[in-house]
Amino acid sequence: MLKIEGLTAEVEGKPILKGIDLEVPDGEIHAIMGPNGSGKSTLSYVLAGRDGYEVTGGTAHFNGVDLLGLEPEERAAIGVFLAFQYPVELPGVGNANFLRTALNAQRRARGEGELDAMQFLKAARARLKELQMSEEMLKRGVNVGFSGGEKKRNEVLQMALLRPKLAILDETDSGLDIDALKIVADGVNALRAPEFSSLVITHYQRLLDYIVPDRVHVLMAGRIVKSGGPELAKELEATGYASVQAAA
Amino acid sequence: MPAVAETLDTVQSVTEGTYKWGFSTDIEMDFAPKGLNEDIVRFISAKKNEPQWLLDWRLKAYATWLKMDEPTWPSVKYPKIDFQDAYYYAAPKVKSGPKSLDEVDPELLKTYAKLGIPLKEQAILAGVEGAGDSPSEGGRMPIAVDAVFDSVSVATSYKARLAKDGIIFCAISEAVHEYPELVRQYLGSVVPQGDNYYAALNSAVFTDGSFVYIPKGVRCPMELSTYFRINAKSTGQFERTLIIADEGAVVSYLEGCTAPMRDENQLHAAVVELVAMDDAQIKYSTVQNWYPGDAEGRGGIYNFVTKRAQCRGARSKVSWTQVETGSAITWKYPSCVLLGDDSVGEFYSVAITNNHQQADTGTKMIHVGKRTTSTIVSKGISAGKGQNTYRGLVRVAPSASGARNHTQCDSLLIGDQCGAHTVPYIENRNMTAKVEHEATTSRIAEDQLFYCRQRGLSEEDAVGLIVNGFCREVLKELPMEFAVEAQKLLQISLEGSVG
Ligand SMILES: Nc1ncnc2c1ncn2[C@@H]1O[C@H](COP(=O)(O)OP(=O)(O)OP(=O)(O)O)[C@@H](O)[C@H]1O
Ligand SMILES: [Mg+2]
Repeated sequence: MLKIEGLTAEVEGKPILKGIDLEVPDGEIHAIMGPNGSGKSTLSYVLAGRDGYEVTGGTAHFNGVDLLGLEPEERAAIGVFLAFQYPVELPGVGNANFLRTALNAQRRARGEGELDAMQFLKAARARLKELQMSEEMLKRGVNVGFSGGEKKRNEVLQMALLRPKLAILDETDSGLDIDALKIVADGVNALRAPEFSSLVITHYQRLLDYIVPDRVHVLMAGRIVKSGGPELAKELEATGYASVQAAA
Repeated sequence: MPAVAETLDTVQSVTEGTYKWGFSTDIEMDFAPKGLNEDIVRFISAKKNEPQWLLDWRLKAYATWLKMDEPTWPSVKYPKIDFQDAYYYAAPKVKSGPKSLDEVDPELLKTYAKLGIPLKEQAILAGVEGAGDSPSEGGRMPIAVDAVFDSVSVATSYKARLAKDGIIFCAISEAVHEYPELVRQYLGSVVPQGDNYYAALNSAVFTDGSFVYIPKGVRCPMELSTYFRINAKSTGQFERTLIIADEGAVVSYLEGCTAPMRDENQLHAAVVELVAMDDAQIKYSTVQNWYPGDAEGRGGIYNFVTKRAQCRGARSKVSWTQVETGSAITWKYPSCVLLGDDSVGEFYSVAITNNHQQADTGTKMIHVGKRTTSTIVSKGISAGKGQNTYRGLVRVAPSASGARNHTQCDSLLIGDQCGAHTVPYIENRNMTAKVEHEATTSRIAEDQLFYCRQRGLSEEDAVGLIVNGFCREVLKELPMEFAVEAQKLLQISLEGSVG
């Protein structure tokens, strides 16, 4: 379970998160929606531990572990995964090499055995098949020369291989065609399990037709101003954020 | 004796009471006294029982060196070297061959272990009797190793296998006796004695190195390899390597080196000469990881190397690949003189400078023959307070119609106290030649590190991964086993460079 209480954070001295309270019980998927610049990505970076996103108050625990006290790679090893809004390019680093290095680093940290090249390839092929992606994906440099949609798919491939316990998807649906959207949703749904939870950040109700959330939260100006069931997303699509603001 | 030498000798004898050794009678000792003079040159030559012509050659080089000045043009700074404060000859104590690894100096074995040399090859290196008679197990291509410990080649392996093809691979001191006509014909023919200050010094006092001759039409069946190590205090290292690939011959040579921790700066001035005849191919790969000095820059190796290849024959090809991670100072420009028509020169380089390391390295491609082509790929990585300079010369002679060069020079900066500099010289004297130069400078971005760490990599692993990605074009030129070693090295040498 992810439990965030009174979380405040600033970037370059500017307060962005102004007191977030949020609970995502095991096995649940929650959606976060909100206008541009409201702090959605900031929340995801704070949870993942990015430098420069300074926590000024509050707590965040995952399965009882104080997330904020861990290095980013330690958070990854206990199962926190962030699908980036803007995936980063690593020139010259092969995707397969990157994925295997990451997977083995996590396994090592958890005291599990490492996968050799053959075992890894087998696992990677299985995931590629599930996600209807070509094996070419493994041979290319990490995100280098990828189209916007391919980068997002690559994030989902990484998630599928790393099998996180908490997946934060930051606008993974943006820029995807309708087929790719289904693939992304399949990727998340495939991970659904009693010990898996997810935060899905999105601007569009459309994704939530495929990944049906247990709860929907509206983040505005660094605070969660409204929460509800899946129907809240539909409401927002119809009325926009202005009505929420007025009510809050 | 030239006047300058005489003066030096006088100063020497005054300052050092024990100076006057009877060298001709005292060649039983393992060290020559500190300092450099004509007698030391004679001592080295006598120690190796060299023929008169080689002694004369050394003395001529010594006289030339005395008249030369230390170069000041490279972008490196270091305290003035006192050439009289170093030993010019040192040899490990030689007993007759040990019967097993148990009898080998444990310190030596420790160094092998750090180098990751398999046990079987350790035994061969250490000169264990009978160890080199059967090929190594595991089915992989065996590597023939000629180990240079300080100044004397301790062991040469796989000789029998190579001899079957008529390939000569031995210590150059041995070649002087076994194949004098070959050595005499080629020694100094690529790098003349007076080529530069350090080449002249090397020609006077070189102690040992490798000699390779691949006969006509022979493709060398294994990678030839040398491991270098510096272990005696204040020992200047003056290796001399000579590789000749006769018509149609093909050879791949690996050079790797390491040095244990030390407190005094050490001078290393090697000379490597390569000769490729018609249709011959030489691939020369180096992984250099000598002691770079501590975090404050104290105690590293000074590496002043002259490496040059002559593509004498038509369609001949020489490829230099180097991964330079060590040394306090690196001054090195592996070069190709492309004489034969359609000959090809390549230079692939990764140079890392961390902490206080300084590297001024690059290449010279001299196009003389028609339609000669050269490729330069240089990757410079600077971290800490490291300073990295690429210095390259592409010269196209009037005769080199249709010559082509492509140069790619990329710099990667880690942190904000390091520097990268690119100094390309292009001299094109033929209208039909095409010379291209591209250069980029980049930094490891914070978002790249965070992306990797979010996926579970430690910061150091992330830097290693990104750096290896940056160097990929060069690393892929290395023979497989060497590439793996090089990747580890890149990572080790950048430890502590971030965070
Ligand atoms: N590195 C930064 N430097 C300065 N300001 C920043 C930085 N990162 C975020 N901000 C500011 O913090 C606020 C929240 O940004 P954030 O990226 O979290 O918004 P978001 O909700 O994800 O928006 P979007 O829907 O457009 O992705 C914005 O005003 C943004 O300009
Ligand atoms: Mg965002």
